[in-house]
Amino acid sequence: MAYKMHLLVCGGTGCQASESAALVENLKKELEEQQLDSFAQVVMTGCFGFCEKGPIVKIIPDNTFYTQVSPENAGVIVSEHVAKGRRVDYLLYKNPEDNTPIAESKNMNFYKKQIRIALRNCGIINPENIEEYIARDGYLALGKVFQELGAENTIQVLKDAGLRGRGGAGFPTAIKWELTRKNEADQKYVVCNADEGDPGAFMDRSILEGDPHAVIEAMAINGYCVGATKGLIYIRAEYPLAIQRLKIALNQARNYGLLGNDILGSGFDFDIELRYGAGAFVCGEETALIHSMEGFRGEPTLKPPYPAQSGYLNKPTNVNNVETLANVPVIINKGPEWFNQIGTEKSKGTKVFALAGKVNNVGLIEVPMGITLREVIFEIGGGIKNNKKFKAVQTGGPSGGCLTEKDLDISIDYENLIAAGSMMGSGGMIVMDEDDCMVDVAKYFLDFTVEESCGKCAPCRIGNKRLYELLDKITKGKGTKQDLEILQNLGGVIKDTSLCGLGQSSPNPVLSTMRNFEDEYHAHVHDHKCPSGVCKSLMTYEIIPDNCVGCTACVRVCPVGAITGNKKEVHLISAELCIKCGACMERCKFDAITVN
Amino acid sequence: MTRVKNLDDLRKMRDQLQSKTNLRDKSEKPEDMVQIKVAMATCCIASGSRDTMNFFVDELEKRNIEAIVTQTGCMGYCYAEPTVEVTVPEKEPIIFGNVDTPKADEIIEKYIKGGEMVDGIIPVNYQKID
Ligand SMILES: Cc1cc2nc3c(=O)[nH]c(=O)nc-3n(C[C@H](O)[C@H](O)[C@H](O)COP(=O)(O)O)c2cc1C
Ligand code: SF4
Repeated sequence: MAYKMHLLVCGGTGCQASESAALVENLKKELEEQQLDSFAQVVMTGCFGFCEKGPIVKIIPDNTFYTQVSPENAGVIVSEHVAKGRRVDYLLYKNPEDNTPIAESKNMNFYKKQIRIALRNCGIINPENIEEYIARDGYLALGKVFQELGAENTIQVLKDAGLRGRGGAGFPTAIKWELTRKNEADQKYVVCNADEGDPGAFMDRSILEGDPHAVIEAMAINGYCVGATKGLIYIRAEYPLAIQRLKIALNQARNYGLLGNDILGSGFDFDIELRYGAGAFVCGEETALIHSMEGFRGEPTLKPPYPAQSGYLNKPTNVNNVETLANVPVIINKGPEWFNQIGTEKSKGTKVFALAGKVNNVGLIEVPMGITLREVIFEIGGGIKNNKKFKAVQTGGPSGGCLTEKDLDISIDYENLIAAGSMMGSGGMIVMDEDDCMVDVAKYFLDFTVEESCGKCAPCRIGNKRLYELLDKITKGKGTKQDLEILQNLGGVIKDTSLCGLGQSSPNPVLSTMRNFEDEYHAHVHDHKCPSGVCKSLMTYEIIPDNCVGCTACVRVCPVGAITGNKKEVHLISAELCIKCGACMERCKFDAITVN
Repeated sequence: MTRVKNLDDLRKMRDQLQSKTNLRDKSEKPEDMVQIKVAMATCCIASGSRDTMNFFVDELEKRNIEAIVTQTGCMGYCYAEPTVEVTVPEKEPIIFGNVDTPKADEIIEKYIKGGEMVDGIIPVNYQKID
């Protein structure tokens, strides 16, 4: 007989780091000890997205959502909730506005505006059990493609649905499939891009950890539609849990006859191999990715030829992102009309974002295209931490741009973000508040691109390094008006002349912050001041003579001996020696030290 | 080994497996189906409420009635345990007392399926707060 109660425990990377595996063991043990193990079942699932407050336990059927559950809480959950139907109040999520407990996730602001399509099974099924996937219509789309739709109609369904690539560029998926299909060859390949190099983004990892079969099924559909019998998943070796779940899923799919020869009696053969990447950002670019899989250096090459013409081993190759693929089976099952009524005119469906930075609720969210940045940041994200003022939001990671207050009400889709001077990218979203210095932020992203540039072409290799040096100079108060002009010009040249998308977009963070925060650049250059108090070189610590009583506390605490003064005399800080560590200010009891 | 041979095979397999996970979908929209809450405090358990709950879950499924059975804490009618609250879509919740398995069977057949009243209704003298 079926279980009457399900205890869903998040087994994503984040929650596993907070001991969710031990929690699962303890829950199982408690159920056994209290003789409830035939009544309730513990299920390790993929990510719920609310990583800020993990580990998460969700209890079905009453939908109770427990947060920050430790292995020690297993006892009370079983003895109170499972045995007696009493919710354990202190483990419930508290509404940050009035501190009242919220029992069900659907009443939390974090979940209210989300629509889960790509993440539909994450946090609901056990990713290591193919039967749970099949129970939720798994592999049904594949069967329908074989038996009812056929390749061309399937591509038409995706076209009608309006699905576009979620890996960055937003290229229409159906058109890519069509191109690969039309190119004749003795062998073709489909590749899943699971490189996910954008710092802070983890949606692809979460999909693979929480619902690996969705990607496997989509790749088989992709293979059938384009005429490829081999699939490859390029995944970074830094994702051990995703790799492990994929391996388990691949084996199960083979055992069930859903991969291998003559799948579902269709006569179609298809199998998938894993390829590991070493975690270079540029290897997410499709041509570099293909070269890396071929055993060459992970360097991009010019397009055309596109992978659809000549890709892996010079054969036609269809490259799609993990999230793009995860949308495919459900579109086929529910139909293109269901999908294309969600979203905006040109961007259909949903997008998963990794919400990070200075918001109250960080985590993984899936929202309909067309939602505004304001809704994402202030409703789902719960507003800015510590009641600070919102300053900017970076979308698109190191290739994107900073958007400001004036952009908060644009609705998020591919075109609108580009028009506003940023881009969708793979879905990173970093929120900044008044304490962040925009010059410093631009420098941070450039540091990343300089590090990750493959070095093949001069504009990117040398140009970005120069951009970085100029920014560094400005944050040290040594920048000139001319430097600002050089930044602009050089940024433009790098964008125009780089070989691949990395260089073509790497100046975006600088250019967009210069456009939106001109004042801040001027303050650094002309007044030698960092308005947010981030750039240390531009700060000076000074003693207010009227407040100083000459207690010598600061003299003793300064690690570099920059403060001089005798007892009961006003002290002095040497600007040359001071390393701006702030130790004196922390120590002073008389508020006699200020920082400018 | 369970090799799935074709689409029909897959559909059959899904239908069989669904009962293992569909509780997770049903719990998302409980208002669309019959909701049954079984009081499950220590005293209720002692008077057999877990058997009652198991009976409801298993029998409703066998009789193909879309329903969701949850447990709650003590309802305060300790003289009439096990107590059960039944909400049929678009009707007011009704509380039944002394629900052992024969009574549960009667509730399913007469009240839930047939819409007839059954003995043992406890008059509601409280306001529900969610
Ligand atoms: C520097 C650079 C890094 C990229 N990194 C990724 C990545 O990590 N994952 C990804 O799916 N696409 C990445 N892309 C985009 C891919 O080149 C390609 O467009 C994408 O995988 C196509 O899949 P889609 O159409 O499903 O989005 C990157 C592109 C560039 C220029
Ligand atoms: S733009 Fe940069 S990353 Fe791309 S090929 Fe040139 S050097 Fe390499």
